[in-house]
Amino acid sequence: MTNGWTDVANTDVVLVMGGNPAENHPVGFRFVMEAKRHRKAKLICVDPRFNRTAAVSDRYVQIRSGTDIAFLGGLLNYALSHDRFHADYVREHTNASFIVKEGFSFADGYFSGWDEDRQRYDKSTWEYERVADGYARIDKTLEHPRCVFQLLKKHYTRYTPEQVASISGCTAEEFEQAAEVICSTGRAGRSGTILYALGWTQHSHSVQLIHTAAMLQLMLGNIGMPGGGVNAQRGHSNIQGATDLGAWNMLPGYLKVPRANWTSLAEYNRANSPKPLRPNSLNYWGNTPKFMVSLLRAYYGENATHRNQFGYDYLPKIAEGATHSWGYLFDEMYAGKKEGLISFGMNPVAGGPNSIKMIEALGKLKWLIVAENFETETAAFWKAKELQEKYYGEVTDPENVQTEVFLLPASCFAEKDGTFVNSSRWLQWKYKAVDAPGNAMDDQEIISRLFLKLRELYEKEGGASPEPLLAMDWSYANPVSPSLTEVAREISGKDVRSGRQVPGFGALKDDGSTLCGNWLYSGSFTEAGNQMERQGQSDPTGLGLYADWAWSWPANRRVLYNRASADADGKPWDETRAPVRWKGNRWVGDVPDYKADAPPEANGAFIMLAEGVAKLFAPDFAEGPFPEHYEPAESPVENLLHPNVGDNPAALKFSSDLDPLGNAEQYPYVAITYRLTEHFHFWTKHVSATSELQSTFFVELPQALADEKGIASGDRVRVTSARGSVEGPALVTKRMRGLQVAGKTIYQVGLPIHWGFLGRVKGPLVNNLTPSVMDPNSGTPEYKGFLVNLEKV
Amino acid sequence: MPSDVEVTRRGFLKTGAALATTAFGFDLQPARAAARELKIARTTQTHSICPYCAVGCSVIIHTLGDKAKNVKPAVVHIEGDPASPVNRGTLCPKGISLKQFVVNDQRLTEPLYRAPGATAWKVIPWDEAIDKMARRIKDSRDRGFEPKDARGRTVNRLDNVAIIGGCTDTNEINYLLGKFRFSLGILTYENQARL
Repeated sequence: MTNGWTDVANTDVVLVMGGNPAENHPVGFRFVMEAKRHRKAKLICVDPRFNRTAAVSDRYVQIRSGTDIAFLGGLLNYALSHDRFHADYVREHTNASFIVKEGFSFADGYFSGWDEDRQRYDKSTWEYERVADGYARIDKTLEHPRCVFQLLKKHYTRYTPEQVASISGCTAEEFEQAAEVICSTGRAGRSGTILYALGWTQHSHSVQLIHTAAMLQLMLGNIGMPGGGVNAQRGHSNIQGATDLGAWNMLPGYLKVPRANWTSLAEYNRANSPKPLRPNSLNYWGNTPKFMVSLLRAYYGENATHRNQFGYDYLPKIAEGATHSWGYLFDEMYAGKKEGLISFGMNPVAGGPNSIKMIEALGKLKWLIVAENFETETAAFWKAKELQEKYYGEVTDPENVQTEVFLLPASCFAEKDGTFVNSSRWLQWKYKAVDAPGNAMDDQEIISRLFLKLRELYEKEGGASPEPLLAMDWSYANPVSPSLTEVAREISGKDVRSGRQVPGFGALKDDGSTLCGNWLYSGSFTEAGNQMERQGQSDPTGLGLYADWAWSWPANRRVLYNRASADADGKPWDETRAPVRWKGNRWVGDVPDYKADAPPEANGAFIMLAEGVAKLFAPDFAEGPFPEHYEPAESPVENLLHPNVGDNPAALKFSSDLDPLGNAEQYPYVAITYRLTEHFHFWTKHVSATSELQSTFFVELPQALADEKGIASGDRVRVTSARGSVEGPALVTKRMRGLQVAGKTIYQVGLPIHWGFLGRVKGPLVNNLTPSVMDPNSGTPEYKGFLVNLEKV
Repeated sequence: MPSDVEVTRRGFLKTGAALATTAFGFDLQPARAAARELKIARTTQTHSICPYCAVGCSVIIHTLGDKAKNVKPAVVHIEGDPASPVNRGTLCPKGISLKQFVVNDQRLTEPLYRAPGATAWKVIPWDEAIDKMARRIKDSRDRGFEPKDARGRTVNRLDNVAIIGGCTDTNEINYLLGKFRFSLGILTYENQARL
């Protein structure tokens, strides 16, 4: 979240789209209700299903899954054509005034630079025109025909209310009524927020979808404002923290894992320290060398020296152009190219796309290590055929599965201390209450024992390149089970000579004199103690910032981009909702997202970007600098905007024999997956109360479709996709209706996800059905808007 | 764990009980509060965070037996923490049944091993499991480690072993997992945020 849960109470308009907080984040949803109650805020809900968020909304619009960009693009067009955008904000705080190079174009579904052979874009025309010193040319009147503002306006003129309606299946009137409320925040003195979740991230065009949301919020002047922002609700207790601490291509703190062509630390630093694109850009990523060297110093301790580039060579280097995200992992595993997999608290057979492919892929490993609280479908993948023959009749018999599996009992949240980061970016410390049951072990001890044993083996026997392993610092007071407090101190960072904790990332150096495990968390554990433990209640601004409760990254800042809540002279857009104020020599209020003592006119408000302002036009993404509506990979209709280019041309697809895609003739219905209030993912089927509350998988289908098929509620139905099937009782509902799209009636089918072949209650894994088609930027699979057929059993 | 949590919470309950009245002309609250006091009387209270979604509700874990000799403390109750500005003592149906997640006869308590081709788990001692796993990892690493690429550049990478997970675990454990990953040179490292 750019803002946070408590901040939602400050809003005037809530757009919930691609999420269902009333059911899936019910406790967070109370801030929406507070805004409604105390500020008379309006709630708009846009969703394929009339869910319980919709039930308490002021306006609800039903749309077809996968058409969100059309809807949001329509909102951009509405704001522009009805003059409902915050013009001063747009001019001051976005790249609307930046002029794009000649040669940039969009026609018939493609931006300039599409390479048909390589199936990817050459992005050389998606660039700003430059003046001397490499700065971008701008036109603050926003009139230059090639300035971002004019290009954006032109791009979205096609997204008329009628076009939005015919793509998404709502009516033009429903769209306009919602647009009127949402775009009412496009001026000083009004704030609007967007809450989203996996209904947005699980598409083959999800990153551009969220980019559209950010563009809309920028056009309306809602970024940096209390009661504003783009807010991902997030579905796991520490999904934010795990991401902050790395991924296949990320080191902690969103530093990049080196590529093979950055052969030295100097080259790495050069490639990752952007040059400012405007004279007033603070360009904070220019500090990359300080963060990187401090990280290397934390990783390699005394083994990180000037002489060896602080251990830079020890880090693995990714081949240029290579990707190691989820889809590739399982595709390569299925092709027999992986030997081993280690899983800590993750269940790909249940939670990944295309379960049958996952099961067959795991069967090609030599070994699998799983650390868990309960036996999971992943650890027991070899039991799938025996336990659910009807779905897995074709998978390999267990006798022929040669994978050696270790299932390790791990302690649960209550049995160890440490930090979870919630979706507000708050690092909240928790304490250990009890020991783990039986011989279950803390995860830190499992990891450490494996590490120490491997180090011992390499010391004794040698082997392939032991250096990176032997150089890694593990000098904890108790190396077998490091205290998480000690680890938290290392993450926050210290001065190497004095041993004192650093006050924050401003103190980090690129000369090896500081160490820091994640610069974004620097300041979370200072000489004053563990800031994440704090439980202070004060809220002097009355804006729900709660600066003394826990600790928020970065720098305990509660509202990201808060400098943009004021105009060029530092005057707040809204005197009643100013997170920061300029007091002549410094900013007060929230921790400013700006240099604390720099006057308002000194720098652009978006200090992390080379532009110094926010990007409406963003050449960073795979499929274009502006978002465009593309259909899901499996779609029942052609793309009404450009029939020759249906789905995202850059989407990630795989071609194994277990990756077929279906067509609308065989699979005419659009399926979506969702969660229920009573269950958490695939865990609570092991808990008796929640299993009693929702014991059974079901298939939610519209009344009209049920009538057509002669299905009544409770009848057993089978849902099939090109990849697999599920069976369960029908829940015939009025919550979804037939949608009129391109002259056809399109029906959608809803599938809750929480069951599997293990647990107190059992049922089919919905991911038997889902495709391994992914967004090209994020690698997230398209769980929403794939095609199925449905029959009475 | 902060000991003042106890005082604050008790005070909160008492205040709530004193202020409550009902439309029936008599007050059910004191009786309810008394029953609740019994359930959590003499417990040790530990501040924690719900492990489910990312709203980040604070919970109080009540344990009994931790002050008695030779008795293993047991979780007897988990409830929302009124001190948290996020949840102010409230919890959803999942959070309110957290005790059944922690104290649960389906929890794994011993390392289990499945040999190639086997159709059942076998209990295995920890030391043997660690030895075997370290051997498997080392063998794979020794076979697959790539110190230099085809162009002779130092790449120190391993692409035949992957690590996934972390979203259910603390920052500190994720950080250690990262160190473990880089000590081996593992490229593929993914978590639930991808899905």
